[in-house]
Formats: sequence, C-alpha cells, structure tokens
Amino acid sequence: MASVLDIQNLQVSYWSREIRSRPVLSGVSFDLMSGEILGVLGESGSGKSTLAASVLRLLPPNGEISGGAVLFEGNNLLQADYQELRQIRGGRISLIFQEPSLALHPTIRVGEQVRQVLAAHQSSAKKELAERTREIFNRLFPEDADRIARSYPHQLSGGQRQRALIAQAIACNPAIVIADEPTAALDPVTQAEILAVFRSLREVLGLSMIFITHNPALLSGFADRILILYAGQVVEWGPANSVLQSPRHPYTRALFESLPPAPADSGKNRKQMLLVIPGSSSPTSLPRKGCSFEPRCPLKMDVCREFEPPLVKLGETHILSCFRYQ
Amino acid sequence: MEPILKVENLVKRYTKQNLVGVPQEFLALDSVSFTVSAGATLAIVGESGSGKSTVASCIACLETPTGGNLWFEGKNLAHAAENELRNLRPQIQLIFPDPASSLNPRWTILDIVAEPLVVQGKLSRSERMTRAFSLLERVGLSAEIAERPASELSGGQRQRLAIARALTLQPKILILDEALSALDCSVQAQIATLLIELQSSLGMTFLFISHDLAMAAYLADEIAVMSRGQIVEHGPAVKILQTPASEATRQLLAAVPQLSHAPQPAAQR
Repeated sequence: MASVLDIQNLQVSYWSREIRSRPVLSGVSFDLMSGEILGVLGESGSGKSTLAASVLRLLPPNGEISGGAVLFEGNNLLQADYQELRQIRGGRISLIFQEPSLALHPTIRVGEQVRQVLAAHQSSAKKELAERTREIFNRLFPEDADRIARSYPHQLSGGQRQRALIAQAIACNPAIVIADEPTAALDPVTQAEILAVFRSLREVLGLSMIFITHNPALLSGFADRILILYAGQVVEWGPANSVLQSPRHPYTRALFESLPPAPADSGKNRKQMLLVIPGSSSPTSLPRKGCSFEPRCPLKMDVCREFEPPLVKLGETHILSCFRYQ
Repeated sequence: MEPILKVENLVKRYTKQNLVGVPQEFLALDSVSFTVSAGATLAIVGESGSGKSTVASCIACLETPTGGNLWFEGKNLAHAAENELRNLRPQIQLIFPDPASSLNPRWTILDIVAEPLVVQGKLSRSERMTRAFSLLERVGLSAEIAERPASELSGGQRQRLAIARALTLQPKILILDEALSALDCSVQAQIATLLIELQSSLGMTFLFISHDLAMAAYLADEIAVMSRGQIVEHGPAVKILQTPASEATRQLLAAVPQLSHAPQPAAQR
C-alpha cells in the first residue's frame, strides 16, 4: 500500500517578544497511507493544530517551519511555490477547522460557498459547477439538500454547519482531508453522525484522513492508526486497536486512565478517583532537556532527565519514544 | 428530610415577535418536576435543545419561569420579589461552559475572585483579600499568579477561577452547565476531582448539566434525562445507565464514544 503523505522530521517554532523562538513541533515524522484514517491525539499545547496548519503552510505570521519535509505526490510542499500551493489547498488537500461558525461566511448561502470552492479550482461552465454543487449536497444532506444549500449558516444547526464545511472540503475530490477537532462543538449524538459521514466518505471516495482530537474515545472504531503528540513530539504511534487496548507510553496510559469509566460500567468502582496527571504541559513548565514528559511521569528514571528518549519499535508497526522500552 | 431544591411543574415559554404575523412560541420547558437532596449531585442530561440549560437558568434566577414553582429551602424562587431574590441568588451559583468568555480577560485573578465580596459590601478590603487568597488556594491556583490577568490562564485554570469566584459567597447549590465540556480530557479529570473534594468538604449540592454521559455518570448520584423540554426518566445514576427505560436515554447511551476496552497493563521490562 502506498503512502499518500510523508512527513519527515518537521520542526516548527513560533516567535514572540518574550520567549524568542519556541519550538512547537520537534522532529515530527509519520506517514499517511492511501485510504487510511489517522487519528492524531493531543491535548492543548501538544502542537496538533500547528501540525495541521503546517502541512499546507497556513501558519500565522509569527510561525516558522525551520526544518523537515512534507512529501505529497512527488513534491516537498515546504518548497512548493505559491501557485502550486494554491492549487493543492482545497484542491488536493483540504483542511476542516474546529469552529464551523467561524469558518463559514455568515452572509453567503452555504451552497454558494461550496460553489466558490469549486470555481476556484476548476474552470468549468456555470451549469457544470451548479450540477456538481447539487451532487455534493445530495451526498451530505440526503434529505434536505436544496433547502440547506439555500440557507445561511445561522439558519443551520451545529451538525448541519459542520456538514457544510465537509462539503467544502470534499468538493474538489481531494486526496487528503485534515480535520482539526471537527466535532468538538457538537453533542455526542451529532458527533456520532459526523464520524459516520467521514467513514462513508472514506469508503465511497477513497479519502485519506487525518483526524485531530483530544478525546481518545472518538478514535475507537474509527481510526486505523493513532499517533499521540505531547509537547510537540510524537510519543507513540501504532495501529488503533493496539494503542487503545494496550497503550505503552506513560503519557498515553495516564491519559486513558484519566477518562471516566463508560456509563454502563459506572456501577463498579463507584467514585474511584480518576487519575490526575500532576503538573501541566504549558510551555513554561516543560523541562529544558531530557524527555518532555519526565516531570509528570510516574515511571521516570534518571536518564530521562538528561537525554531525549530514542524512538523504539515494538513489533512491525508500533513506535514509541520512551527509555523504559529500550 | 426536605429536599434543598424542589422544581414543580416548571414551564418556560419563549415568544418571538416577528415584524408581521403571529408571534412564534417555543416551549422550552414543558412542566418539569424533580427534587434534589442537600449534599447530593443531580446530573441533567439530554441532547441539544432538550431544555437542560433553560432549567439551569431558571434555577439560577437568570430567567423567570412562565409557570410552575421553584422551591429553594422553602422559598419559591418563581414568585419571589426582587429584594428577596437578591438575597437568594448568591446561594445558587452558576458555572458557565466557556471559560474564555465568562471571565473578564483584563481583570486580575484576584480582582475576579474578590468582586462578589466588593458588590456585597460587608467586608473590609483586607478581609476581602484574605478570603480571596484562601479561595484561590482551595481550588488549586497558586498565590503567585494572583496578580496576573485572566487572559493568561489556560482553560482548566479559568474554570478553577470560575469555581473560586462562585464559592466566594458560600453558596448552597452550584450549577455546572457544561462546565467541563470545553476542557481537555486530563484537565476534566483534574476539575472533576476538585469538585468531588469540594462537595465532600463543604457539603454543597451540585447540579451537573452535560451531554457527556460518562462524566455525568461518574459525578452524579441521580440522573434526570431530558428530551424536548420534558424529563423522560429520573432515578439513581447506576439504574438509569444500566437499565434505561426510555428511548431518549438509550440513544444518548448509544452515542457515547468509548475506548472499547479498559487499558490493560503493558508488559514492563
């Protein structure tokens, strides 16, 4: 199976007056296979949104990609010129942001917003664009396509707005969709619906997807592989079942143990304490050298304070960055 | 023992007057009734639009019910005069969902916690400061950051601050309206642990409103399930979740994302 996106040793920093250059992503490497759903799990400050923006070079002015490569369809996107990038953004690789209400234009009907994406990438006649727009809306809104297309964002529910954003993202049949916390603002029933939409798009269109979230439970039964980011580094990466059922890295294990038990299991261990990971991952609390998680790690050793842990391979497919597994 | 809160046939109707035509009516609460015992936690769960936040607003006296009664320690909040409400409101505090927009980002942490005391006007400045610092410590915010503006806090720290501010006037009831939903999972665990500890040491009553059934199940003694403005099911948390009687509850349970198996201990080297 071919890999459709290959990120190699990505280094990204933000500049600010107080801290000068602060690394937000260090040495991030992974690949995305064709037709795969990769779950990227990370909490605030892990660099997950920066990762999404970096692939398409959409960082804010104070962001700088200082090293690495992003290989896509034979090109290194980090070296692509503006014209190439413009074609790829929305055309070959789409990005779905977290807040649908901020990403959609408030005074343009959603059908028109999707049509504009098509018009930007295809030089088709007006009639063909209209036809294609109708086709996309029928796929995402099987019941109400015309009415939704004629609506303004504020007339739609949260779930419908998110589907409208997804419509924009898949309009040009991209190879990859990167979704940054697309269900964070939605209630669980709508969340489940949106995940089902993504799954069906993968089956029908052969989309590859990077699904970024802070909630591990969303990835169960959804992602093929899971990659965990902590303080800008990959700490664990492997097949979803393997990572979810037997997490290896101390951070991953602590994260899973901090989740409340499933509602059906809430009877046992009533009010047993949730695991609280001491400390925080804020930039000022990160150690200057050694493993980034060391101050908060229940399994830390002396070597963790001095040196950065190497990447260890467990079996063929599970990768981990921890001295305990060397 | 008398329940601390008794909601009786609560009705809330919103009327929207358009420029022309008949005013549109929306029935947010359709005769809602339940009781809460002192020191307990009741979770109110339901899909978006089920009316759970409207219940919270009515109990916190931010909205006036269209009908029904709200008994708090024997006094009816739904029919109380403004001067009576002014004394009752501080005893029921509300924590909002969005830590970013519910605190003034330019005020310092200390000022935010002390503000309710300033408004109340009963303590001297030094007494207010002492109380404010002790509240910050109570919620796990260190004294060092007290003079920083709220804009510099993380989401979890802001919710801690919101809780500290809510505790300033020593309320009997704390309503948490999706208060954890915007936080990272590990931060939710921190705040949930804080809430459990506060409840056990201060004997507070919690109303936990959420669409996160897993967290509601973890924190609550009883659960009330709402759908379209009505309570469709109400009982002990364990019973409702293990043997749901209504379709609405079953749908909510089915939608809860779960790690499929509990994490197993990995082989140690």
